[in-house]
Amino acid sequence: MQGYIYPNEFELQWSLLIVLYPYITGLVAGAFILASLERVFNVKEVQPTYRLALLTALAFLLVAPLPLQGHLGHPERSYEIFLTPNRQSAMAMFGFVYAWYLAVVLLLEIWFDYRQDMVRWAQEAHGARRWLYRVLTLGATDVSPGALKFDDAAGRWITIIGIPSAFLLHGYVGFIFGSVKANPWWSSVLMPVVFLFSAIVSGIALVLIIYMVTSLFRSRPVDMRCLDKLASFLFYAMIVDVSLEMLDFVHRLYESEESITILSQMIESRLFISLIVLQLVVGTLIPLGFLGAFSPALHRGLARGSDELRRLIYLTSAVLVEIGIFSIRWNVVIGGQLFSKSLRGLTVYKVELLGLEGLAMTIAIMALPFLILWILVRVLPPWNVAAQDAR
Amino acid sequence: MNPDDDRSGAPLPSGPQPAVDRRRFVENALKACAAGCPLILAAIRLPAAVAQGPAGQAGYDPTEHLYGMGIDIQRCIGCGRCVAACKAENDVPLDDHHFNTWVERYVIDDNGEVTVDSPNGGFDGFPQPDTESEIRRTFFVPKLCNHCANPPCVQVCPVGATFITPDGVVLVDDTYCIGCRYCIQACPYGARWFHPTKHVAAKCTLCYHRLVKGLVPACVEVCPTGARTFGEVEHRPTPLARFMRMNEVQVLKPHLNTRPKVYYANLDGEVR
Repeated sequence: MQGYIYPNEFELQWSLLIVLYPYITGLVAGAFILASLERVFNVKEVQPTYRLALLTALAFLLVAPLPLQGHLGHPERSYEIFLTPNRQSAMAMFGFVYAWYLAVVLLLEIWFDYRQDMVRWAQEAHGARRWLYRVLTLGATDVSPGALKFDDAAGRWITIIGIPSAFLLHGYVGFIFGSVKANPWWSSVLMPVVFLFSAIVSGIALVLIIYMVTSLFRSRPVDMRCLDKLASFLFYAMIVDVSLEMLDFVHRLYESEESITILSQMIESRLFISLIVLQLVVGTLIPLGFLGAFSPALHRGLARGSDELRRLIYLTSAVLVEIGIFSIRWNVVIGGQLFSKSLRGLTVYKVELLGLEGLAMTIAIMALPFLILWILVRVLPPWNVAAQDAR
Repeated sequence: MNPDDDRSGAPLPSGPQPAVDRRRFVENALKACAAGCPLILAAIRLPAAVAQGPAGQAGYDPTEHLYGMGIDIQRCIGCGRCVAACKAENDVPLDDHHFNTWVERYVIDDNGEVTVDSPNGGFDGFPQPDTESEIRRTFFVPKLCNHCANPPCVQVCPVGATFITPDGVVLVDDTYCIGCRYCIQACPYGARWFHPTKHVAAKCTLCYHRLVKGLVPACVEVCPTGARTFGEVEHRPTPLARFMRMNEVQVLKPHLNTRPKVYYANLDGEVR
């Protein structure tokens, strides 16, 4: 502890689990927006990742409420958010935004996209799997050209609704922080926008990683056109994200409000590793340099390396980007609680190893979406095997 | 004919009996008063708290009050009795990081350097200030929930477990709070804390359980110098109304538009 903090500020209220919450919802929104690129904007190159991105979004969305639930003092009362929401509260809307996104956007889009395949699998499979697919088709087994055309149109419309919904989901998470006027580190109108673009960055990087790793395990060649496109999009999204972050930073510095002294002290001491080193250098500048040099984002790539080299560069960059985005979430959530609202002192946060809000729990929650994704991929294979073999 | 006969309308026994007549008159008058008083009192409708007396919880009408507190910085001696009384009265954990009310000490030295401390919230009083240069001025600032008229904590509560009462007190329903702690983040004054065993948000209630009995909050009750003044914010001739009339009062962090109802007299600009 340094300087003076209000006595009640001794304990940090929002811990590692709450860092995880915007991180996970960001991955969901980002993965979905990537998927919508193919669907709505007809970016054919990223087609191999379309279904994978949707399933990734679903796997992470299913886990998104867990850190919140685990953090509540009375998780058994959480249903009250649905029953008696305080309509003035930003947080009260979470349940509705979440339910809308899960039920109306993701599940429907996946269902329409997979319906034709599920009907076929229901015919081809045996035993329990057969029944599983029959149930999943919900009895809609019509695969006539007219029905398939309807599937396609419906999927397209849901994606069109889905894009603003994805913006809503993560912009909303940013709003939860950005609207707290008591906290000068959070209170910013840019917060939802910064959250959104960092979400897109993290989602693209995640799908890129999952696509490369799954291809490796399936012993299939990685589609380099797809990978190059992903890397380019990652680069563009990062440029926007960094610009917004810089705007926020310069704006604060220039306005130089009464909180600037304590916030500067915090960045120089408590947040030096997580903000300057991890977020800025490791998570932003290095991958930006890599992607700028090797991806075709800038004039077909400044240094056109071999496929092998580019794969390595892309994978490394994506992993660094994930570290950087996690650091952003950390710096927002934890950083916002490390200084006193008296603006006279700094406190410390020590991560617990065990316990409900400890490191072990965080790792377990982070591992869970990958497990869910593994199951989803088994049930709903996202790769068009026949088409890839033909290619 | 005795003229009294006409007035009473009844035959009197023979012989002069004026003393008995007056006694009967007084008796009748007293009986009439005894029967009529409750009716008259009911017609005047005295404020419930007064009519019911200090123990009139059942008749307490919160819509008839709007409470606040005045704090005179010059009167506070930093004894910490308010902190101790509050902890005892409201069953606040006795550790050094859960407080409904606490006292801060500001020490401003000759170079203008400001040092603030609040060891154990001021519960045990304050040790000698530890400064190398001369002290220019020093003062104590009691803090508590400001019971804002525009409370951000109430705004953010997702389930409406924290609310503002008709008499202007911000309370938490701890049978309803889900423990998300958004309200603690939203309070600009650090006045809320998380109850370590009940797992709900907790805060100063202005000793609401005492108010409804016509008592003042415990911190006000025990203050030996009268640094804290409790009463009605508006229209009523209470000690707080007088305090606000006789002093230039300020509130904390007015730029946030929370509209606090804790008013400070002689507040230094260094206090946040």
